[in-house]
Amino acid sequence: MADLSVNFAGIKSPNPFWLASAPPTNMGSMIERAFDAGWGGAVWKTLGEPIVNVSSRLASLDNGALRMIGLNNIELITDRPLEVNLREMYECKKKYPNNAVIASLMVESKREAWHEIVKRTQDTGCDGFELNFGCPHGMSERGMGAAMGQVPEYTCMVTEWVKEVSNLPVIVKLTPNVTHIVPPGRAAQKGGADAVSLINTINSVMGVDIDTMIPYPNVNGMAAHGGYCGTAVKPIALNMVSELARDAEFNIPISGIGGINTWRDAVEFLLLGAGTVQVCTAVMHYGYRIVEDMIDGLNNYLDEKGFASVNEIIGKSVNRVTDWGNLDLNYKVVARVNPEKCIKCNLCYVACEDGAHQCFHFDENKFPYVDEAECVGCNLCTLVCPSPGAVEMVRLDDGSNPQSWKERTII
Amino acid sequence: MNTELSIEQIEQNFAEINPRLSQAEAVFEANRCLYCYDAPCARACPTHIDVPSFIKKIASGNLLGSARVIFDANPIGASCARVCPVEVLCEGACVEKTLMAKPIEIGRLQRYATDFAVENNKQIFQKGAANGRSVGIIGSGPAGLSCAAYLARLGYDVTIYERKPLAGGLDTYGMAEYKMPQKTSLDEVKLVESLGVKFRLNCEIAVIPQPPALAEMLDESAAKLEAFPAKEENDNDLLKKHDAVFLAVGLGETNKLNLAGENLEGVMDALHFIEQIKTRDWQSVPLGNTVAVIGAGNTAIDAVTQAKRLGAERVLLVYRRTEKDAPAYDYEIELAKKDGIEFVWQTAPLEIVGNGKVSGLKCRKADGSEVEIACDMVIKAIGQTKQTGFFQAVGIETDEKGRVVVNELKQTSNPKIFAGGDCVNGGAEAVDASQAGKLAAQGIHFSLTGEAVKFAGSE
Repeated sequence: MADLSVNFAGIKSPNPFWLASAPPTNMGSMIERAFDAGWGGAVWKTLGEPIVNVSSRLASLDNGALRMIGLNNIELITDRPLEVNLREMYECKKKYPNNAVIASLMVESKREAWHEIVKRTQDTGCDGFELNFGCPHGMSERGMGAAMGQVPEYTCMVTEWVKEVSNLPVIVKLTPNVTHIVPPGRAAQKGGADAVSLINTINSVMGVDIDTMIPYPNVNGMAAHGGYCGTAVKPIALNMVSELARDAEFNIPISGIGGINTWRDAVEFLLLGAGTVQVCTAVMHYGYRIVEDMIDGLNNYLDEKGFASVNEIIGKSVNRVTDWGNLDLNYKVVARVNPEKCIKCNLCYVACEDGAHQCFHFDENKFPYVDEAECVGCNLCTLVCPSPGAVEMVRLDDGSNPQSWKERTII
Repeated sequence: MNTELSIEQIEQNFAEINPRLSQAEAVFEANRCLYCYDAPCARACPTHIDVPSFIKKIASGNLLGSARVIFDANPIGASCARVCPVEVLCEGACVEKTLMAKPIEIGRLQRYATDFAVENNKQIFQKGAANGRSVGIIGSGPAGLSCAAYLARLGYDVTIYERKPLAGGLDTYGMAEYKMPQKTSLDEVKLVESLGVKFRLNCEIAVIPQPPALAEMLDESAAKLEAFPAKEENDNDLLKKHDAVFLAVGLGETNKLNLAGENLEGVMDALHFIEQIKTRDWQSVPLGNTVAVIGAGNTAIDAVTQAKRLGAERVLLVYRRTEKDAPAYDYEIELAKKDGIEFVWQTAPLEIVGNGKVSGLKCRKADGSEVEIACDMVIKAIGQTKQTGFFQAVGIETDEKGRVVVNELKQTSNPKIFAGGDCVNGGAEAVDASQAGKLAAQGIHFSLTGEAVKFAGSE
């Protein structure tokens, strides 16, 4: 059994699996049930001046029979009185001293307001703060949430305010609704943040009811853009995590968030530089119980790969991400069909014919085959093939040395 | 005697074995389809319905478009969804059968889409602008209906002549009730009728020979077809009345056993037995306590399973050869086994025994010994005759098996007469007849106008 415990910017957690600040962390009793299920930490639903929510609030993106591959919400921060949340946080931490309890905070952009909430909250015994600079809907219209995270100077400034009074590690939660994630990340670091977490949700309109012609989610005939999360956002999150992880000037820990459903997703975030991961949508779909396989699967993976601690894999793939200009232009792969596994659905053929480079042909037995001279090695056929191993990419090595675009343009 | 089971029990026994999919099931199953390119299922379908296309339309919620794809290639797509041997056609070819050993339920998805169109009275196709030409179709079974639908879409004035009181042929009278109720077939007839096709029911066709001299003088075929009862005076000669005639007359009576006792009370042929069940007037269907069905084709299976479901205590299927030789599909034999049918293989009937009424079936076993199976009902299911006499009277060429010979236009040796379905192929599935009707419509149109049209799935 590998050691799954982590020390994330000074916050100790029995495993890297945290619940993100969201409906699953709305109150103490919920978080206590989550800890019982095995979650290592939880970021409390954002504290601040209580708000009023609308109904309805959520909408989902389905893919065929797969429900909720993406989720969109217009729910705001906590609607419970601050003192109730603080009392429950105190009780929760007392009952679960080994689990990480992080208080997510969001108040108006005034130094005194931030000072006050930090001071009041750290008395609960919580392990750290997460500054919500990411919420893209509702709160941002009031100058909070993403309105902070989208301006690096504000991000830096408010982080400094918090650090002036905080005795605890401070995580800054970043919004993905920016053109480049590195400036806000650096700004958080400059403001004294001990870590960042990302991504918060993405601006989105989930869809339109084509019968009523009202977009989702319908609030008395009207809709507003919401925050998008779930499986579908994982690639965007992975990119932003890796962008920060490989930035030479950025060197504080990252908590990865976005589309994590399984231990496999978590491992990918860890490999690209995340020190912990945060989960919300998958729990909203299936409940706290999913953490059991996350822990079990991560353990088995680490044992299988010969790692004694989860810390050994953190960031292990960061140096495998580079700029396009550094990629080897002489690396050549081509597709090859294995007729023994081919089921003749011909999806490779039509994908290549209409979506790629017309390299597929049929042999006398109606099996597709690849003209390797025409194949550019794009992978599309292997991506569409439903039969494992029926189309595989094979390396054709012509013996030439690696050469990147940057090297070629220098010559 | 008749059944002793309660109506409720019989209704339960005859509930459809492949009930309609729920919306959730249909959408899930439709999404499971890989959407193959040049799909094996579509190639395996005799009418070449674009299966992936209609399935993806179910997934996208476009049920009208889905039904259009189906009926465009097969005007009896609702019947075929229920009675096709999908295990050996589309579903047998499905790549998911190879990959996951679980083919997509194409038949049931096809039913889902066609049910939507039928139940919501969707007029999918319109009759074409009248082209001034007329075609007479003899027989309203799958081949006749299909041919009529395509010709009507092209603007032909089409009349179907049918000797039975209801149209639809074997789809109406000959399908096992637990596979498809009569209503499905009659709904499909209505779809064809909605294209302006006229139906002359209860209408026998006779062949009136003409004096050879007159025939020569008129430069016409040596025989003329005449429809009875005459509705229009002096306008009953189909070959004069129509620009072309399509023969979709199917097969004839059930073959005779030519055994002693064949005329005893309690001996019935399978088609008549099945036809009586189609009325769902369960208590009027003749039924023995112990029923012996002779033959092992798909019709024999329909007879044994339905005799059992009606309430016969003991049902036996008697066949002179082995199970391996039985012409019925394997899954049909499996169904009969599940229904508790006793199979008596390698046993050749010698004589039906009885004094006025059937009391037994004397047979010879493979080892030469004789055995008498006690039974009070014998059902003959040993195939149907060809209507060779009719074709000879019409004066069209038949092959050595008595099947009508046609060219690539589905044209007989009389250029004005076309033929398709069981009378040409010797007896196959409804879906094969539907395709034959489609190809004949193309052939008739080409023959009369010189214009080559291709309907969906014509090749």
